[in-house]
Amino acid sequence: MTDELPRTNAAAHAAGGDSHPAAGEPLLRIEGVAKTFGTFRAVDGVSLDIKAGEFFALLGPSGCGKTTLLRMLAGFEAPDEGRILLGGKDVAQALPHERPINMMFQNYALFPHLTVRDNIAFGLKRAGMARADIAARVAEMVALVKLDGLEKRKPDQLSGGQRQRVALARALARRPQLLLLDEPLAALDKKLRESTQGELMQLQRRLGMTFIIVTHDQEEAMTMADRIGVMNAGKLAQVAGPRELYEAPRSRWIAEFVGDINLFDAESKLRDGHRLVVGTRDAGKLVVAEPRQPVGESRFSVAIRPEKVKLSRRGPVSEAGHETAINRLDGVIADICYLGGTTTYKVKLDTGGMVQASVANSARLDVDAYSLNQQIVAWFSPDDCVVLPS
Amino acid sequence: MRKVSRLSRFNIASLAVGLAFLYLPILILVIYSFNASRLVTVWGGWSLRWYYEFFGDRAMIEASWMSLRVAVASATIATLIGTLAAVALSRGERFRGRTLFSGMLYAPLVMPEVITGLSLLLLFVALNAERGFWTVTIAHTTLTMCFVAVVVQSRLGSLDRSLEEAAMDLGCAPVRAFLSVTLPLIAPAIVAGWMLAFTLSLDDLVIASFTTGPGSATLPIRIYSEVRLGVKPEINAICTLVIALIAIVIVIASLASKLSSSQGESAAPL
Repeated sequence: MTDELPRTNAAAHAAGGDSHPAAGEPLLRIEGVAKTFGTFRAVDGVSLDIKAGEFFALLGPSGCGKTTLLRMLAGFEAPDEGRILLGGKDVAQALPHERPINMMFQNYALFPHLTVRDNIAFGLKRAGMARADIAARVAEMVALVKLDGLEKRKPDQLSGGQRQRVALARALARRPQLLLLDEPLAALDKKLRESTQGELMQLQRRLGMTFIIVTHDQEEAMTMADRIGVMNAGKLAQVAGPRELYEAPRSRWIAEFVGDINLFDAESKLRDGHRLVVGTRDAGKLVVAEPRQPVGESRFSVAIRPEKVKLSRRGPVSEAGHETAINRLDGVIADICYLGGTTTYKVKLDTGGMVQASVANSARLDVDAYSLNQQIVAWFSPDDCVVLPS
Repeated sequence: MRKVSRLSRFNIASLAVGLAFLYLPILILVIYSFNASRLVTVWGGWSLRWYYEFFGDRAMIEASWMSLRVAVASATIATLIGTLAAVALSRGERFRGRTLFSGMLYAPLVMPEVITGLSLLLLFVALNAERGFWTVTIAHTTLTMCFVAVVVQSRLGSLDRSLEEAAMDLGCAPVRAFLSVTLPLIAPAIVAGWMLAFTLSLDDLVIASFTTGPGSATLPIRIYSEVRLGVKPEINAICTLVIALIAIVIVIASLASKLSSSQGESAAPL
């Protein structure tokens, strides 16, 4: 009796899912969702809208609540507070099999007793699809993820990359409105991970499906996602596109979590037209562009990404030859870290602080390279600085 | 599996001594079961005489039949209850007294059989139950179900929970997910648990002698009472048959658990 309702639901959703929301409405709306385990507040009042067709990444350090949030979307955990609206319908308390959402598990969770084909067909059988339709859909999925010829293998006769594809095909087979991916590439080696990132993006665009990926790897999130939600201690710290997240982080924590950054704590400030002259202990006076949101009286830091810090032996020069940089820091090279494409120099400033500069190795021969303990000038433009509240 | 690299002479010697210590008495028993002599300790040439004798001994045959019935019935009931207990303990929500419950489940493993037997006897007497097939079966079920629970629980523990979640995610209600994913994967452990329960029941003497009634002796009870009157070579024949039966069951059980650990690895196309 109780088995009937979910089955028909699932059949409807496997048949194409015609309950897409009206244009403009978000596909998924998370409203004030919270989850507490014992005394630990894993997810603490998260609100988020996700549009249909979007590739969204939840990024954060381990234990930040991103996986718990994903599991609540999949239905493995019920939120203590808040609503989860999928196409306008609250699914927060619905069981996993009642949701038109599928998930790709971190360890893939392939059924070891079933072949590749039966793994992919598993969800279709449960949806009550006809045999011929199942066979056609499985063939389509196998072709989509390029698993041809492996249909009769069992999961432990496959390589890691192949297993990952089976897991993806199995999750996609039911054509869910929303696909959740829990660290889908974490188990792959670097090269395979990079090529798979590209394939996932292509696939998502081709199918026009909505993907939510959970990852702790910021490069992965930056590469793949249209928008990234950074989570910290159960809260969404910032939701933005990759570029905005990197260039205009909203807080010091985000700036430090996403990429490398030089931070100088401000001790005093002085307005000068559109600029702020900031006194710092470690780097002396710095001139920065006035932030969009005035910092008021609160404490703040000046932040600059290492690749925006230029080095030269004599002093600031621009391409055109005239001086543009106003922030000029003198120091000596204290540490050199050669990374292939770039070299990261740590400069010990005469004012006492340290600044990191990342320089592209644009020539094969090291005529431009600096050596340890060399006197150097680090400089950067006021527009490249970001003012961050502490 | 790792190949055993060259065995040194010491290894071979210690292996031989160890195996001899374990199996020499059994080997002697098996050889003497084919003894033509009437005296147990005197070799009188090869013969199947005592096997004929056994198959003509109605009391022994009846006791064997009783033992087999008890073993099959108690192993089956114990497997059912033990599997359910294992599932409840490793998959159920954390309920109050769960630790106590799992501790209590394992108690019969370490409880002296005399105590188990005596307490069951007191219970049956108090209930005024007629002692016979069912009382022995119930007693053996209480003994063996915890063995089944341990075997099944360890398999469940090593099974990735996300497999069940994946099944639910792909459209299975929780019970359905258990039946279509978990059960096939723990089936070898359930089979192994049944075999273990079967052999435990088959060779139990203490509990059975407490809980059985007149006219329904199990094979070990029968043998024990015969031996007290002096060992007949027929006993050797019976014991050899029991050893053969248990050996077969153990081989099947270990094959089943090997199959479960290498699930799919050796999946030869059928």
